[in-house]
This record gives sequence, C-alpha cells and structure tokens, in this order.
Amino acid sequence: MLSKFGLVLAGLVASPVFAESSAKASQYQLNMTKGVTDISADVYDLHMLMFKICVAIAVVVFGVMFWAMWFHRKSKGAKPAHFHESVKVEIAWTVIPFIILIFMAIPAAKTLIAMEDASEPDLTIIVTGSQWKWHYKYMDDGVEYYSKMATQQDEIHGKLEKGENYLLEVDRPLVIPINKKVRFLITSDDVIHAWWVPDFAVKQDANPGFINDAWANAKEPGIYRGQCAELCGKDHGFMPIVVIAKEQADYDKWITEQKDILAKAKEEEQRLLAMNMTMDEAMATGEKVYLANCAACHMPNGQGLPGVFPALKGSQIATKDQPKHIDVLLNGVAGTAMQAYAKQLSMTDIAAVVTYERNAWGNNTGDLVQAKDINSAINGK
Amino acid sequence: MSQMPQQNKKMVIKLVAIVVAMFGFGFALVPLYDVFCDLTGLNGKTSNTAAVYESIEIDESRLITVSFITRTNTGMAWQFAAETQVVKVHPGQMSQINFTAVNPTNRMIVGQAVPSVSPGPAALYLNKTECFCFEQQILQAGEHVTMPMRFYVDPQLPKDITYFTVQYTLYDVTSAEQQVALNRG
Amino acid sequence: MTTTTSEHQHDDHSHDDGHHEHHIPKGIKRWLYTTNHKDIGTLYLWFAFIMFLIGGAMAMVIRAELFQPGLQIVDPNFFNQMTTVHGLIMVFGAVMPAFTGLANWLVPMMIGAPDMALPRMNNWSFWILPFAFLILLSSLFMEGGGPAFGWTFYAPLSTTYSNDTTALFVFSVHIMGASSIMGAINVIVTIFNMRAPGMTWMKMPLFVWTWLITAFLLIAVMPVLAGAVTMVLTDKFFGTSFFDAAGGGDPVMFQHIFWFFGHPEVYIMILPAFGIISQIVPTFSRKPLFGYASMVYATTSIALLSFIVWAHHMFTTGMPVAAEMFFMLATMLISVPTGVKVFNWVATMWRGSISYEVPMLFALAFIVLFTIGGLSGLMLAIVPVDFQYHDTYFVVAHFHYVLVTGAIFSIMAAVYYWLPKWTGKMFDITLAKWHFWCSLVSVNVLFFPMHFVGLAGMPRRIPDYALQFADFNKWISLGGFAFGLSQLIFLALLIKACRKKGEPVSAQVWEGAEGLEWEIPSPAPYHTFETPPVVK
Repeated sequence: MLSKFGLVLAGLVASPVFAESSAKASQYQLNMTKGVTDISADVYDLHMLMFKICVAIAVVVFGVMFWAMWFHRKSKGAKPAHFHESVKVEIAWTVIPFIILIFMAIPAAKTLIAMEDASEPDLTIIVTGSQWKWHYKYMDDGVEYYSKMATQQDEIHGKLEKGENYLLEVDRPLVIPINKKVRFLITSDDVIHAWWVPDFAVKQDANPGFINDAWANAKEPGIYRGQCAELCGKDHGFMPIVVIAKEQADYDKWITEQKDILAKAKEEEQRLLAMNMTMDEAMATGEKVYLANCAACHMPNGQGLPGVFPALKGSQIATKDQPKHIDVLLNGVAGTAMQAYAKQLSMTDIAAVVTYERNAWGNNTGDLVQAKDINSAINGK
Repeated sequence: MSQMPQQNKKMVIKLVAIVVAMFGFGFALVPLYDVFCDLTGLNGKTSNTAAVYESIEIDESRLITVSFITRTNTGMAWQFAAETQVVKVHPGQMSQINFTAVNPTNRMIVGQAVPSVSPGPAALYLNKTECFCFEQQILQAGEHVTMPMRFYVDPQLPKDITYFTVQYTLYDVTSAEQQVALNRG
Repeated sequence: MTTTTSEHQHDDHSHDDGHHEHHIPKGIKRWLYTTNHKDIGTLYLWFAFIMFLIGGAMAMVIRAELFQPGLQIVDPNFFNQMTTVHGLIMVFGAVMPAFTGLANWLVPMMIGAPDMALPRMNNWSFWILPFAFLILLSSLFMEGGGPAFGWTFYAPLSTTYSNDTTALFVFSVHIMGASSIMGAINVIVTIFNMRAPGMTWMKMPLFVWTWLITAFLLIAVMPVLAGAVTMVLTDKFFGTSFFDAAGGGDPVMFQHIFWFFGHPEVYIMILPAFGIISQIVPTFSRKPLFGYASMVYATTSIALLSFIVWAHHMFTTGMPVAAEMFFMLATMLISVPTGVKVFNWVATMWRGSISYEVPMLFALAFIVLFTIGGLSGLMLAIVPVDFQYHDTYFVVAHFHYVLVTGAIFSIMAAVYYWLPKWTGKMFDITLAKWHFWCSLVSVNVLFFPMHFVGLAGMPRRIPDYALQFADFNKWISLGGFAFGLSQLIFLALLIKACRKKGEPVSAQVWEGAEGLEWEIPSPAPYHTFETPPVVK
C-alpha cells in the first residue's frame, strides 16, 4: 500500500502534469461532464462561465491584496496612510458586483427555463427509489423491473480485485432510446433518495408519497452511470444508476424482448405453481435467495444488527406466525427498511426463502412453504 | 447602576417573548406551508376536499392528457389499480375514472390514498368532485371494491401544460399503534 | 479611536483584586460556580477546543475509511454515524461555543462593562452544554448506535426509519439550543444596557456589532430548530405525521423548516468571524478599518437576507421554477454585502504598514480562503448548475472552506490575537508559526481536491467510492491527517500558554492595537471596569 503510494508521490514529483503521468488518464477527471443532452451541455457552459467569472474576481481581489501585502509592508518601511472611508469607492464596489450578478443571472435563468420545457414526452418512465435499489417502470409498455448494484461484496471487502466499474454497475440497467424526450417520474417507497445521472444533468429528489419529474433527451448511444445523491441510510453509497441509451431500432428490439421475458416468466410461474419443491430443493434455493436479498441487513447468520435490523434467528415471526412471515416478505413493513418483495422475487423464490428462514440457524420449524401458498397470499383464496 | 437589573429584566422578558414566538412560528410554518402549497402547487399536492362542479364552459380547443399511476406503499397488501390509465379530456369536461382495490389478506385493513400531481403547478387546476382519497377506505378480508374518482380540469390551466400525471399511493393506516408494535417485534 | 479615563482603576487594581479574589473558591468549585465572564469565556473556549478535537477524531475515522476504495475500517452504518456526529459536534460543539467564549471574554472588555449583564444565567448556559454532548456521544455506544441520518436529519430517515436513540439526539439538540439562546440573550442585554458612557452604537468595535447581530439571529432561529426536532420526536414516538405523507404530512416540509433555521445558522457561524477579522486587520496594517459604517450595514443586510434564501439548499426537491428563480436571485444578492466586507479589508491593508504576526497570518489566510469558499457558494446558487453540484463533494469543499478556513481560522486568529491579553505572556511564536503553516498547507491539500472529485461526480456521505475518485481521495485523506496532527501543535501551545510560560507583554500587546481591552493591564485582571471608563 505504502509503496504504491510512494510511486504516486514519485510520479507527482517527476511530472508537472499529475494527470498525464498516469496510465489511466481518465481517472483524473477534474471537471464536470459535458454530458450527452442539450441541457447538460448548457449546464456545462454555464458552469464554465460562472467559474471563469469567479476566477476573474478572485484574481483582481487577491491581486490587489497581494500587492498591498508585498509593497505596503512595515519591514519595507511603509508608513500608514490615514484614509478610512470613501463613499465613491464604496458605491462602486457595491454597484459593480451587482452588475456582474445580473450578467450571471441572465444565462442562468435561460437555462433554467429551458429545463422546464413542458412539451409532451415520447416516453415516460416511473423511477422509484427504495432502500437500496431503483425500480423502473415503462408506463406505456408495462415493462418493469428492479435495478440493483452488481458489484460483489467480496470486491467491496477487498477479497476480490475491484472491477473497472466498481460500485457503478447494476444487474439490469435502464434502457432508453436516443433523440427522444424521455420523462422520468421520480418517487420513493421509503426515505428520500435522489436520482442522479450526471451525463443528463438530471438530479431530482425521490420523495415518498410524491412524484417529481425530470426529463432527458440523449443525443448519443452509450452507457451513462450515476448514483443516489441523497443520504438514504446504510447502503446509500451502494445504489448506482446505469442508463443505456440505444438507437430507436435497438430500443424497440429490446423492449419487445423484455415483454417476451415477462410473459415467459409469468408462464413459468404458473407452471411452477402446480409443482411442489422438496425440502432440500427449497432450502438450497432459499439460501441463494437469502444471501442475495436478505443477508445485507439480516446478516448471513440471521442475527441482524441489534437495534437496527431485527434478527430472524429465533424470532417470533420466523418460527411461529407463518401467515405473518409471508405477509412481511410480500408487502414489507411500513416505516422500516423491510420492503415488499412480491414484485421483486418469483413466488417460488419467496416460498423457498420463507422455508429457508423457518429452518436455518436452528429455526427448525420443519415448515415447507410452496409457491401456491404464496399465490394465495397475493391474490386471495 | 441601581436601576440596571430592572432594565435588564425588562429586556430579558422581551427577548424571551421573541424566543417563544419563534418557537411558535416553527409550528406555524406547518399550516403556512400548506397555504403556500395551495397557492403555488408546490409538491403537486391537490386539494383534499371535494370541488363543486359549476356549469362552466368546456374548452374544446384543447385536449389534455391525464395519466394515472397507482402504487401501494411498503406494508400495504392490497392490490390497487386504475381501470383507465390514460384519458384525454377537454378542460371543463367532467370525467370519471374507476379504481379497483382488493384486500387479499384474511384481516380487515384500512387504507388511505395520497395523491400527487406532476408537474406540480397542474395540481392547482385539477378539481375533484368525488375521490376515494378524501377519506379512509375500509376493506374486510378478501373484499373487492370499485372506487370512482370524478374530476374536471379547470379551463384556467396554463396553455403550456398539455399533460399531467396523477399518482395515488395507498398506505395501510389500520392502526398506527399496532404498526409500531409490529415494527418493534 | 477611543481613549479612556480608566487610569485610576489601574492604580486601584491591586487593592480591588485582593478584595475580590478573597471570595473566589479554589479548584473545581471555582469553575462550577463561577459567574465571572472571563472564567466562563475560558470554559467555553476549552470546551470548544475539546469538542473540536473529538469532532476532528471522527473526521479522521471518515478520512481513514475513504483513504482507498472498499470498506476497510468501519461499516457503512457506523460511517453514517461518524459523518452525522462530526457535523453536529463541529457546528454546535466547536464553532458556536468558541464564538460564545470569545464573546464572553471580549464583549464586556470592549464596551467597558464589568461583566455580562446576567452572570448567573451565563454560568447556567455554559454548564448545560457538556451534558448535551455527553448525551449525544453516549448514544454512539448504545444498541443500534447514534444518529446516522446526517446533521441535517432529513425526515423520514430521522423519523420512521431511525432507531430509538433518536430521542437522545432530540434531547441533546434541545439542550444545545437552550444554551445558545441563553448565551444570545445575555450578549444582547449586555450590549444594550452595559455600554460605558460615550460608547455609542457607531463607536462599538465591529466584533461587538457582529456578535449583536449574530445574537439576534440566534434567538430568531434556534427556537425554530427546537420546533423541528420536537416535530421529529412526536412523529417518531407519538404518532403525529408532520412529515409523513400517509397522515397528510410532507417530508419536504421538514427541509423547509430545517433550512429556515439552517441558513441563518450558517451566518451565525460566520458573522462573528467577520468581526474578528475586522479587529485584526487594522491592528497589523496600522491603519483604521476602512468603511466602518458600511461594515455595520453589510453585516445587517447579510443577516436580513439570510432569512429569505433557505430554499437554495433544496433546488432538487422539485420546486416550481418561480420559486427556484427567486431563491437563486436572493442568494446571489448576499454576495454583494459579503463582497463589500472583503473589499473593505483589502482597502484597510492598502497603503498600510503591514506586519505579519501570527494573528495577521491567520486573518490573511481567512480572507483568501473564505473568499474561495464564497465564490464557490456563488456558483452553487446558480440553479441549473446546482443540479450537478448538489450533494456532491463540491458542496463539501464549499462549506469546509467557509467553516474551517473561515470560521475556525478566524477563531484561531482571535485566540492568538487576545491570548497574550488573557495570560499576560506572549505565546510561543515558533510553535504558533509551525501551527499556522502546517494548517495552511494541509487544509488546502484536504479541501481543495474535493472540488475536483465533486465535479467529477462523487456524491457526499458515501463510505466507499468508484475507482476514478481513488487518487484524489488519497490526497484528501493525507491532507486530513496532516491537518489533524497540526492541531496537536495548537494544543501544546495552548497548554504552555495556560501555564503562563513566555515573555510578559505590555497592556497594548500589539503595536497598532486599539480599543478598551488594550488599555487594561495584561493579564486582564479578574475584575475590570468596575467603574465604567468614559469613552470620548
């Protein structure tokens, strides 16, 4: 570690331009992205304009100050003057900044109004944040899915080498067509999140119970990455956003595929409803599902985090009240990080994980839950 | 020096009065905020009392796309949907949308729907004469219900708004205390 | 500017001292029961410094975790507790008590008053403070840990989704608020009622002026904070729904109430700093402050404007365009009076006879670095670009420039400036210069690269980050550790100063220092101005 740092230090000393001394120049991004929408380009230009004005102000003010510091030193024998007010000067440095501000406000207001464009969108996507994943629903096509971080826990804990898109990769990215006005309706299931994609210059809070909207019109196909930008609890740092912008034709193909997949999954679910798992099958599937979805809070050993996330091991719900157990998994618990899994997992997976939780870590209830039990809990008997 | 403490006391009383008033002002911000929302459509809040439909002129020249989103909050077991997801209406024209709710559980649940409109300013021009969101809904185990929502768009709607979305989020409000007890369990 | 007729007091002071010190209890009782403004000032300053070290230790934990990508030292839940408590301690435990301590020491001496107007309340307002922070810190060791929702405690993360120690957080914020309010009332009453004859409003030193305005801000907004935490408490434990949509509330309203307190709070932490710099720059430029009257008006207008800009913290919450436009323009407007202040300081230096003693070094660093923080604040006010800056490290860089190199540097400047007056001995100048230069370099290594990672897209309040931010974060952490270590030099210097080591100093201490506090002997006697001086 230290030696690696030594190398960086050596590199810094050796090369006047820190950024270019590295093999991975892209790692030294210093400035805001220009992005891939007209708005993001406007925002970038506005940012640079503001930056230049601020630098100019700083140069003038610090210039005068350093001049005085150097030439009006006591050690150089400077004798103090006695002036201590001048109405003219003071009016000047009240009025001039005011004029500069007006010049800053005009382009800012223009961009702001451009952002509020109210023309009808080509496509609307409902974006829902929850602790700690995003859910996307295409309003016109009915396609919907959850998007979770794909980086493995072992990478985070240093047991595996970190991949190129460490913490900025998801299992199912959002896909949008290019050159179309895509409207995002942003809301939340629990606490406040913020959906931020720098390349679109879109950052909008997801408030529970309310919808906010934002829109983007991406000009280039590509993969655009962002992150949640409002503290939302323990795994706030681990809920990235990935958007893939595709040509219209590719997008159409993709959305048809998604509809297909959705339809097949429904069929499969119906088929599995009729089938019964054995205890071993249920435990094996259940463990996998548990580790992927539940272990982050309830911990792999089922003991939770005292005072924060309840233990499942030996808990009332996981050992006695089976209907309640299923209800909690399907619908979540309001006011806690326990969310509704009815739409996130298949009925078979839910059945398996309930079975697993009721039999692992010494919760030996012997209960075996089947997909059809879950079905009746969702749809009524 | 002798009248100094007297003078101090007077001043302290005045300052404490300011403190108390500002503490009260903190709470006064709650209703003030609601008034502010009503005036500006901040946050897309809609009025939670029924509007009265007066025979107003229907603006045939404009067609507004109104879409509906239904969601259930975490912990709410109901299935909740709008029978029509998108309607096109003329401002001033009365429309009805039916929403369905099913309680699939084996217990009684009380639901409360909370509306939100986007873009926010449109909320000011959405007038609901009848809405299930005005009051709590009670569904017995296994019960189905169809809930009508009647509304019209105020013809005063600004010209640049051509579409808006209304979202209803259903919350389980069966018993706040019971909920808290369950969360702790 | 002011001359006094307090010579007789000087002559009498040995007699006076003997008379009074007879009643001063020794040891812990002296400090527990003291109603003397100088004792209480000392208590506040030491308390603030200890809190600064504790909050700083938390910052070290944060920077150690962020030294490289991945989770190495703490888990995310504890990381969130660290960022939250670091913020709360630095704001309410370090900066605000330090300014209150300075006010206690200096306001009576500057206006020629024998003590604060309400000495017993003064004692009370200090001594509840340690309990507030004991409660807050103890929650870190309880089941579920301390507050983990950020110092801004946005609902519903702090209500429905927080753990039960939130009650302790709320209680401790109430106590901090009560302490600040009592301190502010005391300052106001003292300044209104206890000025020496001839100390008219427009003769008051700027430190007194800025503190007076700060005190009014405090009594206006601390009760609003108390209201906000009370609502959090009742929402969480007593079934109200101020911030819960299900019961007709609104989580965004929390942010409006919080920032209605929060933005004036920002000026509470910077206006006294303006006052300090306005005392120090003229002394070491050997020239009167340029534009005294405009400084007073600028401070007042900053304070008034601070009430109408709060929503610039909330541009991404989904406000109507008109509101965003209003808050953007109002915020930009604040830079006018703030600019006037900076220009006045520069004009004070212009054609002065400048020397570079340690207080002046900190004051100059303040002017430059605070201006950098101010300019990034101006950029943040621009709504469309704020959508990109909001909640990134750019914001973290901005507020640390105004609070660390702003507020905290000004406090250090103040301590170096008045320390010889308090102890009667010159502090260790070599150590002080080490402290200054180490702090100056490290603080910039610490905070400047945060601008870059923020612009490149690193969100704040995350325990782990993507690989492209790794190199800058390493530098930031190293700068952080160096800045932390530099403060130990300060600690050593202060301990040395309190043990009264060093060269004795004259009453004036600094050539060019003017004002009542420089006309009493050094060290300042336990009781001063028992007979009010006459200011001509």
